Amino acid sequence: MADFRVNNNNEQMLDSVVIVGAGQAAAQLVASLAQDGFTGAVTLVGDEPHLPYQRPPLSKKYLAGELALDRLYVRPAAFYEKAGTTVMLGTRVERIDRNAKAVLLGDGTRLSYTTLVLATGSRARTLPLPGADWEGVFFLRNIADVEALRARIAPGKSLVVVGGGYIGLELTAVAAKLGLKVTVLEQAPRVMARGVGPVVSRFCERLHREEGVQIHTGVAVRGIEAGRVVCDGSSYPADLVLIGAGAVPNVELARAADLAVENGITVDAECRTSDPTIYAIGDCAAQHHALFDRRLRLESVHNALEQGRIAAASICGKPAPIPQVPWFWSDQYDVKLQMVGLSAGHDEAVVRGDPERSRSFAAFYLRQGVLIAVDAVNRAPEFMMSKQLIADRARLDPVKLRDETVAVRNLKG
Amino acid sequence: MAKITFEEPDGKERTVDMADGQSIMEGAVKAMVVGIDADCGGACSCATCMVYVAEEWRDRLPPKESAETQMLEFCPHVQESSRLTCQIPVTDALDGLRVKVPPTQH
Repeated sequence: MADFRVNNNNEQMLDSVVIVGAGQAAAQLVASLAQDGFTGAVTLVGDEPHLPYQRPPLSKKYLAGELALDRLYVRPAAFYEKAGTTVMLGTRVERIDRNAKAVLLGDGTRLSYTTLVLATGSRARTLPLPGADWEGVFFLRNIADVEALRARIAPGKSLVVVGGGYIGLELTAVAAKLGLKVTVLEQAPRVMARGVGPVVSRFCERLHREEGVQIHTGVAVRGIEAGRVVCDGSSYPADLVLIGAGAVPNVELARAADLAVENGITVDAECRTSDPTIYAIGDCAAQHHALFDRRLRLESVHNALEQGRIAAASICGKPAPIPQVPWFWSDQYDVKLQMVGLSAGHDEAVVRGDPERSRSFAAFYLRQGVLIAVDAVNRAPEFMMSKQLIADRARLDPVKLRDETVAVRNLKG
Repeated sequence: MAKITFEEPDGKERTVDMADGQSIMEGAVKAMVVGIDADCGGACSCATCMVYVAEEWRDRLPPKESAETQMLEFCPHVQESSRLTCQIPVTDALDGLRVKVPPTQH
């Protein structure tokens, strides 16, 4: 029997899922609800004028002009029509009314829900720098950002990238290949410090230098003047500036609705917030991870898709898929970086291969002999094998790991 | 343009018409073929779009490049006939291709 409820217009209504945010987590939720047999109404509300699209190519193939816009979209418009999903694009949700179980849109429309899913994602972190409002300053988070930047990039121009994280360095690789003069300024002592271990940071610095990029670490940017980025004691000419200073979770709606928020919207194992009728998934959600025994807020495609699947299963009363070990990837020049697990807290790092002269090696991170993370540089076999080994809390022998005469499949045990 | 038939994990068959200019994975995701997760969206980084290719088709597909071979080596449920659908562009030559989707991609 269908589950009927009465909304505030006294009309009978079916179960109604309203999804706030139209990124990859939201798209997966729509697909998984359909596959899990959900029969109620689904409404997808997104503030960008686009159907859900893949974000990883924005700083890679899409920026380089190697991928057409229609291939960015996770699924075509016809899919949402067929799934019976109401899609409201270019639409902002202003407020959640938990008592009335409704969200309020910018134009005053109220959407009632029986289940609300917050898939609000994250936004590019801005820096409070003098001159940061100069028209040559760009961010890279969405399609509009890429189109604006693409209109301005041309061979020979000077680009200063403020922040040597994934986005900054992926964009650097594309821009360098397109013939721009690129300078990367990183405040920390090494690039990608948040995502990879020191040996991989040093490798990436070498990689970019070999490709003609200037990289400066331990540099604090003090301000931006038209055509120049100013640091302590130095400055760098810039036709364009890209700020890649990480992302901030979009938690304002949740906070205003008095949901528990702590570096992300706090969710349980089924992605439910502190209000059991409201879920949160993707970049905006912080969830306890059994393997790492701490609350994590992950900014990754894997996490977005997995939480979309978990929330759909929960909404449909099905057993949730078992969370996989978090993994990430980055493409820079001819290098594929694949990372699995989280290396924070490791007490031993073991390198297999030559990170100083080659472009192929893997760094294994152990804690008390147990594998907790791997950073693989053009080493897909090591990456793939380690996914399962980390999940199994496998103990590995550092001597064998280092020894390239031991085949990858013989590293365990 | 090619008609490609997928045997989904529950044994059901799905035949999908796919236009050129995309990978088999992209065509399968758009058609909601069950069990093609394709988490990385075609970057050859996750090996969650794996299928088993029917025997008579194995030599008729473009050969694996090293990235695909490396990803498949430790892919869960891998078999001799395994391919990553994100690495195979749709062409007329694939018309009639038959593949089987594994029970899970993890």
